Amino acid sequence: MSMNKELTAAQAVAQLRDGMTVGIGGWGPRRKPMTLVRELLRSTVKDLTVVSYGGPEVGMLCAAGKVRKLIYGFVTMDAIPLEPHFRKARESGAIEVMELDEGMFEWGLRAAGMRMSFLPTRCGLGTDVLARNADLKTVASPYADGEVYVAMPALKLDVALLHVNEADRLGNTLIKARDPLFDDLFARAADRCYVSTEKLVDRFELNADEARFNLFERYLVHGVVLAPFGAHPTYNSPDYGWDMEHLKRYNASGSEEGGWQKYVEEFVSVSESEYLAKQGGAERLAKLKTPVF
Amino acid sequence: MTTNATLAELMIVAASETWRDNGEVLASGIGIAPRLGAGLAKLTHSPELLMTDSETMLVSEPIPLGPRGDYVPKYEGYLSFNRVFECVWGGKRHAMIGPTQVDRWGQTNLSVVGGTYAKPKSAILGVRGLPGNQINHANSFFIPNHGPRVFVEGEVDMVSGPGYNPKRFAPGMKRDFIDLRLIVTDLCVMDFGGPEHAVRVKSLHPGVSFEQVQAATGFPVLQHPQMGETPLPSEEQLAIIRRLDPHAMRASVLKNDPPARRAA
Repeated sequence: MSMNKELTAAQAVAQLRDGMTVGIGGWGPRRKPMTLVRELLRSTVKDLTVVSYGGPEVGMLCAAGKVRKLIYGFVTMDAIPLEPHFRKARESGAIEVMELDEGMFEWGLRAAGMRMSFLPTRCGLGTDVLARNADLKTVASPYADGEVYVAMPALKLDVALLHVNEADRLGNTLIKARDPLFDDLFARAADRCYVSTEKLVDRFELNADEARFNLFERYLVHGVVLAPFGAHPTYNSPDYGWDMEHLKRYNASGSEEGGWQKYVEEFVSVSESEYLAKQGGAERLAKLKTPVF
Repeated sequence: MTTNATLAELMIVAASETWRDNGEVLASGIGIAPRLGAGLAKLTHSPELLMTDSETMLVSEPIPLGPRGDYVPKYEGYLSFNRVFECVWGGKRHAMIGPTQVDRWGQTNLSVVGGTYAKPKSAILGVRGLPGNQINHANSFFIPNHGPRVFVEGEVDMVSGPGYNPKRFAPGMKRDFIDLRLIVTDLCVMDFGGPEHAVRVKSLHPGVSFEQVQAATGFPVLQHPQMGETPLPSEEQLAIIRRLDPHAMRASVLKNDPPARRAA
């Protein structure tokens, strides 16, 4: 095994190929691997199938023309419910979609992680999720009940991109947020998983309480990328909150003439350190408040 | 009874009734008014309800909306999103949400409206958790803009949450857990208690007529045999609502925040 899985963001993104299926961790405006996403926006990779509990990263990848197909249950930034660039792509018919119930989505990732072809569920029955996804099949229980379920197919990922609070160079990771979300399932569903991290050390030396924040095994992790504030503008508790000012600026780019190109020039066609400087640097970012619901 | 309550406050009190006698289930009020309704239910008639801080923790007392000042949440447990799904699939939840469209079968839509599915006129959020919620546990709806664009004539444009439409189910598919309770709107309170789960008006808000409700609804509605007037909030209920909503976010629920009793 490699004793040092550290990569730069560019090296991690260089592992991606046109047409791949890419899962992105987090949920809506929570803990999105945005440094890796920005690197992906700078790359020439295209025709991706993106699998996500979608937040602003989905809108950005759609606006940049990276997405051939989107597998999702929603795309939202919560406080700004309607994601501007996702809406444009969806309404123009620019992307193919597989729209799923949130729980079906989880079941698909679980099936992939367990190397199953499908898992049965009632979620999706009686809805247009079945009608609009001709590939989705049902399955009858082989037992006396004979109940008919949705056979949720495995959502197998070529690559998963995640963001964590801490990692070591062996690929051990800690997610310290109160809600682990479903990042572990993305890691398990993927052939290769690249993780960006707020802090990176050679080897963890953890006490037992800290070790509980390790939510998936290092054999699932193929690369770790040091990326302080790497979830910005989404939030990464307990380290920092969301950047509502930036999210509003991004949201406005959806309604301005040439708005996305201007956003790219200002925030994507720059280095990550320039990007962070434009946000007011560590001093401002560390003070971003975690949202109160 | 008080006469200076707002219509939003009357709707919050009406919403709280949906959680009466539910037993120990997770009460999920999504949005300002449903959340206040759930909080009011827990602090008055139904203390057994489970509730979260709208993030990850179970709380023994509903958390006030918005910036909390020196309020300290009273945690009693943990409920990550993953555990919310477990709760959904086990059926131990009653959610109240505000879908974009609702039809006569209680089918709901939060995905796309108008145009075609491939090129919709308006993309909303996506089906979210509605397919799983409505096939598994009790649900109620909060509609602040009762009109034919919400209560559509035929089926909703993209059936996200399933309802009482037998044509949508093949033999062997289990519909027993579909359990649609109340629809609280700015005109009335409705339920699904008519023949074959037809929608009935349970109570009319003060100053609203049944004809007005029917005219604002894209499908035929029935009258509950005991159809009456939706009660005005009591002083005690208003005091609790103010405590749960110290920044008066409820004033934004309805346009111009009208009074509970409409001008004649």
